[in-house]
Amino acid sequence: MAEEIKTLSSQLAQDPDSLVFLRLGELLRMKGQLDAAQRVAVTGLDRHPHLPDAHDLFARILADKHDYERAFDEWDMALRIAPDHVGALKGLAFLYFKVGDLAQAAAHLEAAQRVAPADASIAQALAMARGGESPPSPTAPEGEGEPVALPASDAPTERAPPPPPPPPGAAQPLEEARVFAGLEGAQEGLLLLDAAGRVLGGALKDPGGKDVTDAVAAYLAGVSQEAGRTAKLLALGPWTGVAAEGNGGHVHLTAPTGDALLLVVRDRAVPMGRLAIIAQRAAVAARRWLEKHA
Amino acid sequence: MTTAPANYTRALDLVTRVRGVRGAMLVSADDGIIVAEQLMEGIKGPAVAALAASLATRLRRAMEAAGVGASLFWHLQAEQGALLVVPTAGGTLVVAVAEPDVNVGLVRLELLRAGEVVG
Repeated sequence: MAEEIKTLSSQLAQDPDSLVFLRLGELLRMKGQLDAAQRVAVTGLDRHPHLPDAHDLFARILADKHDYERAFDEWDMALRIAPDHVGALKGLAFLYFKVGDLAQAAAHLEAAQRVAPADASIAQALAMARGGESPPSPTAPEGEGEPVALPASDAPTERAPPPPPPPPGAAQPLEEARVFAGLEGAQEGLLLLDAAGRVLGGALKDPGGKDVTDAVAAYLAGVSQEAGRTAKLLALGPWTGVAAEGNGGHVHLTAPTGDALLLVVRDRAVPMGRLAIIAQRAAVAARRWLEKHA
Repeated sequence: MTTAPANYTRALDLVTRVRGVRGAMLVSADDGIIVAEQLMEGIKGPAVAALAASLATRLRRAMEAAGVGASLFWHLQAEQGALLVVPTAGGTLVVAVAEPDVNVGLVRLELLRAGEVVG
């Protein structure tokens, strides 16, 4: 393996556009040289952003590094480019299993099986997922014997993720303990999240009055990450906000601190400029609250 | 420069003629592939298109979850510029890359007009 890595490294140095980075990155990953593998994968992705295998490789490396959120994004991107990408389908199935979503895990494995019906590892993983056991890690090397399961310490033995810690201030019923106390729409149109997507304060209700806080929070981390990547690629500097008009309302997303996200939602009667001002005020309140609870 | 049907070129012209716009693209919302583009040199069109489509999808999911419906226009603001996008009913994103001091209202208007041309 060491000799092959040396040869591929040399080939890649001579021709940086070559696709040998895929094999080189995979070999480095299998050797456990994850940082080196990541550098190879990221450089390859810069040159081949539409190559699904490149996103799959990067996702495998991220999964090995236990960075499951970004691994999800990379496998998701691979599927967007190639909806039948078996590696991405298996990878997402594994991640869905990890968070206890057995239905999604099985659905992704079934999709993979439709594409590659002869792949015995998929049938095996599907049986395990349906039985509530952890499917094999998708980062196991292909074609080299039985898939390697994750170490026991890492294997998802529980069916559901641990419950998130209670939001700071939850035990304090005082008005001042709430992030957006006193601000317009504090109960239903403002939401503050930490970097992991946990709700720190505020709440969201849809026009029908249904609480949609958790559902929206689950999607926002992905929005923030893609906003950062896009701004970086375009050399636009740090992103400061995402404003969007919907046919039933307006939203404004901003990052009051480096690792927090703030979403403001209002109906269409509120102009976008007014929404930006509300977001600015809420961000000030959020920053103050975060400093106090740091 | 991508060879594109005349109405695509017309749609992009509407956007790029606005002062402060560095380029415009039509992107397939499903797969992030460029359909047509008029970009200034140095902008990595394919990568920007892929990320814009990905961001559009995530934003749409968040907005639908929030009950505010499909996005009609969105605007990524950054310290040194902006990305402005109008999704069309036909599954195309009309995308503009702009300077930070661009007239957002005017770009929005032209993006919407371009969206009507593209369909």
